[in-house]
Amino acid sequence: MDSNHRDVCNRICSFGVVATAIDDWIYSDTADFVIWKFESGLKPKMASETITSSEYIRHHLQNLTFGQHHDGSWGLAHNAQEAADMGFWAINVDTMGMSIVLGLLMAWFFRRVAKKVEAGVPSGAQNFAEWIIDFINDSVRGSFSGQNNMVAPLAFTIFIWIFLMNLMDLLPIDLVPEAAKWTGTNMFGMDPHSVFFKVVPTTDPNATFGMAFGVFALVLYYSVKMKGLGGFIGELTLQPFGKWGMPFNIFLEGVGLIAKPISLALRLFGNMYAGEMIFILIAIMYGAGLILGSFGGLLQIGWAIFHILIITLQAFIFMTLTIVYLDMAHQEHH
Amino acid sequence: MEQALLYIAGSLMMGLGALGAAVGIGILGGRFLEGAARQPELIPMLRTQFFIVMGLVDAVPMIAVGLAMYILFAVA
Repeated sequence: MDSNHRDVCNRICSFGVVATAIDDWIYSDTADFVIWKFESGLKPKMASETITSSEYIRHHLQNLTFGQHHDGSWGLAHNAQEAADMGFWAINVDTMGMSIVLGLLMAWFFRRVAKKVEAGVPSGAQNFAEWIIDFINDSVRGSFSGQNNMVAPLAFTIFIWIFLMNLMDLLPIDLVPEAAKWTGTNMFGMDPHSVFFKVVPTTDPNATFGMAFGVFALVLYYSVKMKGLGGFIGELTLQPFGKWGMPFNIFLEGVGLIAKPISLALRLFGNMYAGEMIFILIAIMYGAGLILGSFGGLLQIGWAIFHILIITLQAFIFMTLTIVYLDMAHQEHH
Repeated sequence: MEQALLYIAGSLMMGLGALGAAVGIGILGGRFLEGAARQPELIPMLRTQFFIVMGLVDAVPMIAVGLAMYILFAVA
């Protein structure tokens, strides 16, 4: 049996060491039957599929894109080239779907807790919600000095939503893409090669830039509202060097202003993208035999544990910087 | 030749990113320990700030590692 064949099977159940060990045991000698059964259950149309590792990586980094084709019809892109040709007016269905589902999940959970809130001994869910709200409250009180009732809910939404989106990184890397492939092939009659699915919305720069530009719009709005249009323009043009250094001031402050949303978006995107990339590379190791596979399992567990820190930290940093930027927008310079 | 250049580019990205992050986090951790030794009662506050700044420092080399991995395994 070639290693690529096993590769594909192993990836379907990339749970880590246990799965790898079991797979290697199953596939060791009389395994062709098992593989046939396994693959025929999951993807009947591509039972003897082999893919190279760079194809695997590219497949995992491709979004499911909906847009207008060259011939004018609307539909899903079948490969990366078609997705790129759709240009600006295309939508990444997986990013939108996952982020909206997670947003609704968040809203549903906290609404449910809020409706059943009680002053006596709180339930587990209420304790959990209060703990998060206390944490956000402390953060906002620590960094925000103005008067605005919108900042704390905004910080709360950003933190929980980004955390949930990042959390999708900890799902086994092939779980949702293979489920999507199965659904697309069996229910919609799609070609299994053209069913892409990126589970982590924050590995898509569109999502992170969308959030960062949302925050940026609020920063501009509150800058103008608090300082007046003149005050805001004055802050941009007159600041470090007085009115005779105006061109230099505009350049300096303009770069500082534009850098805010871009660094906010790229930091989150870059961290999640790199983390996802490393998970993909670890998943490739499962196809390389028992020893490398077990080592890959250990690596996956280690990286997943470290990643719990990263995803929380990145959500927290996005939230903290949002609060700090809004605080700067509220502060008047004299 | 192009392949070799891609590998060199990837290794440079990872190496230089790691270098900068190592210096940055080294200084950061050292100062954190200094501060914690001087005023142990501030440790919780310092730890929070430490993790925030560590996240900021850590982000750039992490991005470099991700892009380098992409270049090494998907492009090259």
